[in-house]
Amino acid sequence: MIPELGQIALLLALAVACIQGTLPLVGAARGRADWMALARPAAQTHFVLVAVAFICLTSAFVRNDFSVVYVATNSNSALPLAYRVAGVWGGHEGSLLLWLMMLSVWMLAVAQFSRYLPQAVLARILAVMGLVSVGFLLFMLTTSNPFDRLFPVPPDGNDLNPLLQDPGMVVHPPMLYMGYVGFSVAFAFAVAALIGGNLDATWARWTRPWTTAAWAFLTVGIMLGSMWAYYVLGWGGWWFWDPVENASFMPWLAGTALIHSLAVTEKRGAFKSWTVLLAIVAFSLSLLGTFLVRSGVLSSVHAFATDPRRGLFILAFLAVVIGGSLVLYAWRAPKVGLGSRFGLLSRETLLLANNVLFVVAMLSVLLGTLYPLLLDALGMGKISVGPPYFDTVFLPLMVPVVFLLGIGPLARWKNAELPDLAKRLRWAAVAAVVVALATGWIAGRITFGATLGFLMAFWIVAAVATDLWERVRPAGAMRTSVVARLRLLPRATVGMMLAHLGVAAFAFGVSMVRTYEIERDVKMAVGDSTELAGYVFNFGGMSEVVGPNYDAVQARVDVTRNGSPVVTMRPEKRIYRVQRNPMTEAAIDPGPTRDLYVSLGEPVDEGRAWIVRVYFKPFVDWIWGGCLLMALGGALAASDRRYRAKQRQEREAGSTAGATA
Amino acid sequence: MTPRRKRLAIILGIVASVGVATALVLNAFQSNLVFFYSPSQVAAKEAPTGRTFRIGGLVQAGSVQRDGVQVRFQVTDTVKTIPVRYQGILPDLFKEGKGVVAQGSLGADGIFVAREVLAKHDENYMPPEAADALKRAAAVNEKVSRSVVKEGAK
Repeated sequence: MIPELGQIALLLALAVACIQGTLPLVGAARGRADWMALARPAAQTHFVLVAVAFICLTSAFVRNDFSVVYVATNSNSALPLAYRVAGVWGGHEGSLLLWLMMLSVWMLAVAQFSRYLPQAVLARILAVMGLVSVGFLLFMLTTSNPFDRLFPVPPDGNDLNPLLQDPGMVVHPPMLYMGYVGFSVAFAFAVAALIGGNLDATWARWTRPWTTAAWAFLTVGIMLGSMWAYYVLGWGGWWFWDPVENASFMPWLAGTALIHSLAVTEKRGAFKSWTVLLAIVAFSLSLLGTFLVRSGVLSSVHAFATDPRRGLFILAFLAVVIGGSLVLYAWRAPKVGLGSRFGLLSRETLLLANNVLFVVAMLSVLLGTLYPLLLDALGMGKISVGPPYFDTVFLPLMVPVVFLLGIGPLARWKNAELPDLAKRLRWAAVAAVVVALATGWIAGRITFGATLGFLMAFWIVAAVATDLWERVRPAGAMRTSVVARLRLLPRATVGMMLAHLGVAAFAFGVSMVRTYEIERDVKMAVGDSTELAGYVFNFGGMSEVVGPNYDAVQARVDVTRNGSPVVTMRPEKRIYRVQRNPMTEAAIDPGPTRDLYVSLGEPVDEGRAWIVRVYFKPFVDWIWGGCLLMALGGALAASDRRYRAKQRQEREAGSTAGATA
Repeated sequence: MTPRRKRLAIILGIVASVGVATALVLNAFQSNLVFFYSPSQVAAKEAPTGRTFRIGGLVQAGSVQRDGVQVRFQVTDTVKTIPVRYQGILPDLFKEGKGVVAQGSLGADGIFVAREVLAKHDENYMPPEAADALKRAAAVNEKVSRSVVKEGAK
C-alpha cells in the first residue's frame, strides 16, 4: 500500500505544480491578485506531497519491501539501517526524487521567507520553480518511477553498490543537491525579473542571500564528494578531473562568478544583464550536471540508447529550460540597461576580471568534459581528456584570480588609484614572498610549483589581514577600540574574509600535497617494515573480519616514529556477500599536518605476502578545511542582518504605502 | 580619458585576455588528448610510439604474472594480443578474462608500459573502450570467416 501512497502523492504533486506554474504567472501578467495568491499555498502543498512520497520510499527501504523494483535493485536485508536510508538516493530514480525533495524545500523556504517581496514578483518566482518541478515530475513518472512494483517479489535485494556504503555517501548527495537545486532560486529570480522587466539593485539584494546559501551548500557537497573519493576509492587521490566531478564543479565555477557579479549589481547597479545570464547559466549547468551523472551517458554514450525515452526526455527538458530562458534573455535583457559608469581601475573592473576568468575556467572544463562524449556520439573515435589538460589550463587561470582576490576587497568602487593600492598592499606582498620562500625552505625543497602555491596562499592571508586592519584600526576622532570595531564588522564582510582565507588554506594544502607527498608500493610479509618521512610501518600480519554484509581480511600495520608508537592501522580487503565485488578499504590516520594512508593491494607468493601501498600526505586535510571555511563564509554572508533589516523596512514601507493607497 | 575610451579599453582588455586564455586552453587541449587504440590497431602499427595513448580489451586468461610490485599481462581483442607491463597496485576489479583499459605508451620492444590501469566499479560493466575494441575485432573476425567461406565455395 505504502508505495502506492507515494505514487499518488507524486501524481498530486504534479497537479499542484501545474497549477503553481501557470495561474500565478497569468495572474501576475493580468494583475489578478487572487490568482497570484495561489503561489504560496501551492508551494506549501507541493512540499507536503513530495515529502510524503519521499517518506514512502524511505519506508520501503527501511522495511525491506523488495516488491518495489528500485528497492530490490539498491538494497538488501543485510544492509545496515543507515545505508538503507542512504540507498534512497543510491540510484537513478531515487536521486531524482531527492532532487525534487530539495526543490520543494527551497520553494517552501522562498514561500516562507519572502513575504516582503511584491506579490507579482513572488508569484512569478514560485511559478518558475513550479514549472521546473513539473518537468522533473513528468520525467520521473514517465521514465524513472521509483515506485514501480516487481512481480514475483524476489526473496532479497541486489544490495547497494559497496562503493556507496560509506558515511560520506550518506551526506554527500543531499548536500550537493541542495547546492544544485539552490541555484534554481537564483534562476527563478532572474527569469521572474526578465518577465517583469524590473531588474534593479533591489532585485540583486533579494537574490544574493539565496545564491550565496546555495553556493555554500554546493561547496560542502563537492568537498564531501572529494573526501569520499579519498577515503573509499583507495588510491589516495582527492580530485581526478573525472567527468562526474566536473559535472559538479562547473555549476560551482559559474556560481562563484555569480555571487561576485551580484555584489556589483547590488552595490553599483552595474553588470545587470551579465548577472542575469550567469544565474541562467549556473542553473543550466546544475541541470546538465544532474543529467550527465544520472543518465549513465558518462559511463557510455550507449547507455542513452538502452532507454531512448529517458535520453530524449532529458534532451528535450534541457532544451526547453536552457533554450527558453536564453530566448527570454535575448528578448528582454537589453531593456534592463547597462548600469552606472566606473573607472578603468575600480572594484568593478577587478570583479569583472574575476568573472571573466571564472567563466573561461568553466568553459574549459565544459570543453574537456563534453568533447569526448560528442566525438563518441558522432562515431568519430574514442578519446579521453585527462588530468594533464585540466592542470595545465587551470593553474594559469587561477593565479591571476588569486592575485586579484587580494586587491579586490581593498579597491574602491567606481575609481581606484594604482599608487594608493600599491602603497597599501606593499607590506602584504613582501610578507607573502618571504613567508612562501621560508615555507619551501622549511619543507626541505624549494620548487617552482610549490613556491607559487605558497605565494598564492600567503598573499591572500596578508591581503585579508591588511583589509581587516584598515577596517578596525583606531583612526581619527573615533575613539572606539579595535575590539569594538571588530564587533561592528558586518557579517557579510567577515564571511567574505573567511571564504577568502578558505581559498588560502585550500591552495596551501594542494601545494603541500602535490609537492611533498610520498607514495610507495611495497611487498610486505609478516615482520617486514618500510620507512616513509620518518614513520616506520611494521606489517603485523593478516586476520579475518566478518562485517554485517561483507567478509574481509584485515592487515595490522603498527606505525612508529623515533621508536615510539604512533598508531595502529588496519586496512581491509572486503568482499561484499551479495555482489561479490572486492573492495579496498584504506586505513587513514588523519592529522592537522599530515595523513598516513595505507591500502592493501593483492596477495603475492601464495598469500605469504601482500603488496601494500603507503602514503605520507602532508596537510591534505587543509584542502577540505579550506572548502569548509569557504562554505562557512558563505553561510555567514547569507545570514547578514542587512538583508533582513532591509526586508523589514521594505515590508513596513509596503504596508504603509498600501494603507495610504 | 573619456568615458567612451575607457569603455573601449575595458572591452579590449577583456577580448585580449579571453583570446590569450582561449589559445592557452586549445593548446593544452590539443597536446593532452589521449587517443584510444585497440590491440589490432597497435599490432598494425597504427598507434604512435612515444606518445601516451590508451588500449583496451580483455585481460588474456592465464597471462597475468606478478613479480613483487611488477605485473605483466596481455590485453587481447580476441584477434591480436599486446603485452603490457605495469608497476603498482591493480584496481580491485582487475581480473583475467575481464575488460580492462590501460593508459601509457608503447616501448621500442613492443611492450606497452602502462602508467594507469582502469577497471570500472561494477563487475558487469565493460569499459566502453574495451567493448569497442571487442566489437571491432568481432567485425574483423566475421569478415575473415566470410571470406574464408567464399574461398571455400570457389
